[in-house]
Amino acid sequence: MKKLSLLICFICLMAPVAFAQDMERDPWTCPEGYEGQTLSIFNWSTYIAEDTVPNFEEACGVSVNYDIYESNEQMLARIRQGNPGYDIIVPSGGTVQRMAEEMLLIPLDMAMIPNVANVIPDLLGAAYDPDNTYSLPYQWGTVGVGYSTEVFPDGIISWEQVWEHDGPVAWLDDRQTMLGIAHLFLGNDPNSADPDEISAARDYLIEKGGNVVTVAADDGQVLLERGDVDIAVEYNGDILQISWDCECDDYAYAIPEEGSNVWIDNLSIPVDAPNPELAMVFIDYILDAKVGADLTNYIWYASPNQASIESGYIDEEILNDPAIFPPPEQVANLFSVIDVGPEAEELINNAWDELLIFLGQ
Amino acid sequence: MSHRLRRLQKNGSLLALPTVAWLVIFFVLPLLIVLVVSFMSRGRGGVGQMPFTPEHYERTFGVFFIILQRSIGLAALTTIVCLLVGYPLAFFIATRRRRLVQQISLFLVILPFWTNFLIRTYAWRILLGEEGTINGILTGLGLVSEPLSLLNTQFAVLVGLVYGFLPFMALPIFASVERFNFRYVDAAHDLGANDVRTFLRVVLPLTLPGVLAGCALVFIPSVGAFVTPDLLGGTKGLMIGNLINKQFGGSGNMPLGSALSIVMMALVMISLLVYVFANRRDARA
Repeated sequence: MKKLSLLICFICLMAPVAFAQDMERDPWTCPEGYEGQTLSIFNWSTYIAEDTVPNFEEACGVSVNYDIYESNEQMLARIRQGNPGYDIIVPSGGTVQRMAEEMLLIPLDMAMIPNVANVIPDLLGAAYDPDNTYSLPYQWGTVGVGYSTEVFPDGIISWEQVWEHDGPVAWLDDRQTMLGIAHLFLGNDPNSADPDEISAARDYLIEKGGNVVTVAADDGQVLLERGDVDIAVEYNGDILQISWDCECDDYAYAIPEEGSNVWIDNLSIPVDAPNPELAMVFIDYILDAKVGADLTNYIWYASPNQASIESGYIDEEILNDPAIFPPPEQVANLFSVIDVGPEAEELINNAWDELLIFLGQ
Repeated sequence: MSHRLRRLQKNGSLLALPTVAWLVIFFVLPLLIVLVVSFMSRGRGGVGQMPFTPEHYERTFGVFFIILQRSIGLAALTTIVCLLVGYPLAFFIATRRRRLVQQISLFLVILPFWTNFLIRTYAWRILLGEEGTINGILTGLGLVSEPLSLLNTQFAVLVGLVYGFLPFMALPIFASVERFNFRYVDAAHDLGANDVRTFLRVVLPLTLPGVLAGCALVFIPSVGAFVTPDLLGGTKGLMIGNLINKQFGGSGNMPLGSALSIVMMALVMISLLVYVFANRRDARA
């Protein structure tokens, strides 16, 4: 009798857990009425799981066109010239702000995206889109240094090690991030719009960049993998992907203690999208706990999906990796890049052109 | 018949109309737009806006000048190396007795075009890399103790450009050499000229049209190259084409990019004028 009551108690305790898990295991279902339609996605390269799109096509009975780009600037240029037919784009924070101001984005209908409830609340309402009118987080991450563990057996903890390294280094071709890091050293606002401060940041980088052999668009990890550079300033996920591919400990990623850039890439719908309804269905699909977790397990960026994290769908290895989900004390030193307006944008552009010219002298 | 021909000659200018219309719409008008934009101020997102300003030309001849110089220098060097390699090559092919050997040789010159230029340039990255094929062979043979820094240098850009443009040099020279009558060489020898003199006074002048066409075909695209320096040059091999390319991205500076393009076009124009002038002098002589 006692045993039985214990058993009953046990069942009572476990039932909600089992029930909850069953609820979460419900696979995402597509709303009716989209069969035969087409969705066109314009996403960053190497930024989706192999089965994300095929599963969506199967669930909704639709076909998907999938194009890739290498930088926000490239995507922005395409959409500015008139949307060539994309329904989904993945702009970073500052770019969302800029596109919204230029009326290049369609407002999202949250009624069609119930999975918005899964998003980590801290990642909603960011400065670049305070009410999430135009964007919902896709993945987020940091810019830091990928390095060869053979050259740096004790790791990299400071940008000073990058500046002083006697060997080839690749920087990231991201002007606001690189100048922002220089601003941190000079004690200025990383998003400074002040002409003198921007010049000072440029001069600081030129002075520290004597070992830079290339300013790479988004392939620094390839240079590192091939041994052409010892350090590559890169997005965390790109470095982790080469470690994953080689199944070795030859490469590591670190966020130097002085601080660096944190970025959020977002799902948005560009103006003149041929099928905005299906685009919102796709956004809801991506924000599903299981789909989001599968995505993160494949591309190794941090998921903005609280449900994915809590459900245990995301691999422990990823969840506990400080390079993917940085510890809170590091997060405090991270800055995000905002849209600085046309005047400062021109100053930053000029400074970056001059930097590229003088780095090679 | 002659009546018809005369009528055609009279109304023949109409035949050129489609071409002229094409050139005006797709060449003259865009060029004018570029020229106008190059004097505009930079607006939000890098597009041109009022008022007009000469500042982009000031920048072109200011901080950007050193890169312009480098581009011209690298293009000139590419042309010279292509000429030194391409001239003997063209001669070799044109003087083969057996037609089959000649055809196979020509086929081999054209063969690389079957593969996309981008892919071939990427292949150079693997060949020239720090742990690449060339360094692997050199260190393996013990010729060097430390791997050489070949990639991300101006040397790498030169190699890439010469590799890419060599056929454009070899083929026009081949066409010239093929038409060359070798009895002139015998005649020169009979008149007492030695080999060097024969080459300089007879062979070279008569194949000069091919040489000049080859030089123009190599120099002009080399000045504006951007894929090769982008993939092989790194920070040290940056060329003007890379900086122009950057100005037309989402947050670039289209007026500045236009000014850089206009100046580059002017440079190309000057080299074309040199070509035409040299050709005409050559024809007179």
